[in-house]
Amino acid sequence: MSEDIRIFLTDRRGVRHQLLAPTDMQMNLMEVCKAHELPVEGTCGGMALCASCQCYVNSKHLLSEPSDDEEAMLAEAFHVKENSRLSCQILMTPELEGLEVTLAPND
Amino acid sequence: MIKTDILIIGAGPTGLFAVFEAGLLKLKCHLIDSLPMAGGQCAEIYPKKPIYDIPSHPEIMAGDLIKNLEQQIAPFQPGYTLGESAVSIEKTEDEQFIVTTDQGTQHQAPVVAIAGGLGTFEPRKPPLENLKKFENQGVNYIVKDPEFFRDKKVVIAGGGDSALDWTIFLENVAESVTLVHRRNEFRGALDSVEKVQVLKNEKRIKLITQAEVTALKGSEKLEQLTVTRQGTTIDLECDHFIPLFGLTPKLGPIAKWGLKIEKNAIVVDNSLDYQTNIPGIYAIGDVNTYPGKLKLILCGFHEATLMCQSAFKRIYPDKRNVLKYTTVSGINGFDGSQKQAAKSTIKSIE
Repeated sequence: MSEDIRIFLTDRRGVRHQLLAPTDMQMNLMEVCKAHELPVEGTCGGMALCASCQCYVNSKHLLSEPSDDEEAMLAEAFHVKENSRLSCQILMTPELEGLEVTLAPND
Repeated sequence: MIKTDILIIGAGPTGLFAVFEAGLLKLKCHLIDSLPMAGGQCAEIYPKKPIYDIPSHPEIMAGDLIKNLEQQIAPFQPGYTLGESAVSIEKTEDEQFIVTTDQGTQHQAPVVAIAGGLGTFEPRKPPLENLKKFENQGVNYIVKDPEFFRDKKVVIAGGGDSALDWTIFLENVAESVTLVHRRNEFRGALDSVEKVQVLKNEKRIKLITQAEVTALKGSEKLEQLTVTRQGTTIDLECDHFIPLFGLTPKLGPIAKWGLKIEKNAIVVDNSLDYQTNIPGIYAIGDVNTYPGKLKLILCGFHEATLMCQSAFKRIYPDKRNVLKYTTVSGINGFDGSQKQAAKSTIKSIE
């Protein structure tokens, strides 16, 4: 069993949470948020088709490049910034220990 | 007034399969859906995505799953009220429910099954300051009648199929069409992207990419909008702004029907029949919640099946009934069609 990593997430009310995320369960950040009962909808289930899980990445972690699907969805999402990502496309890996993110506003 | 046995709100996979299970019990169904077609999320959000956890389908496209379900339930001749949202429900003295849509269509049934998934699909609205003020005063989220835009100056925003399709269509109708998108890339059908390219080359439309609409102006009606492109702003005269950023589901009016709701889902009795706190109203599929709930199509199918058995008992309290197997009884469609296992031939050896 690999060790859990810590994700630091600021929710839409500005409250900071420390989330423990397993790295051996093929979980993405949207799913980790749901598992912690945070108000992330994930309407499309994680297919990069709804942007309801948009977040801003605040730390300097090296994330995988967004796919074409994610880029296209972000181009139609709202409140998008330079550091916007869809959390459903961020897979939990050991390298992401200490990742800092903020949830983007709901539509 | 449309009358039926089970009124199903939501024509996604769970709602559609309920028609089949009801049909086996000779109960008629009518479906209401806010989308103009059946299929719910499978049709609206991910028709081209493969699903791998439908029992006995190693892989099936969401769109094909819906097609198959429509074919499977066709013998039971379900009625459809599509493109309308169920907004209100009332109970009559003789234990019937009357459900009325946003367009005033009335439906009557002794049983209502809410299979509304994540809710009614509503247009995603860009966060613009004056947006609400100009709704129906120049801002339109859907194109109901293209003639409405004849000889008008139209600005469309978005990068998907609907933005491309309406740009192509309205170019023939409107005085001018401007398409605004945040990227150079469009994720629509290749054919539509190419058509828009031709329209742009021939200067029949104006295409502004890497840009977005950032402000709306006008006294009563929309008169002008601002497009921001890489830090610079362009003001465009405009009669209509059509933002096409897809749809998002909202539980909507159902939330005010007096049903017990937890975390945006309807609480049901999963130990028995998926009935809500209001007898005669059931909730099946993604719209419901109970301990251990999983939002899976296959669970929706199971819930629909149990709901129909309970609905039968509610509608015919004095009729005795046992579960029938289609392998034994076949399918007797309301259209007169019959499907039955072929009788085996027995031949003697002399």
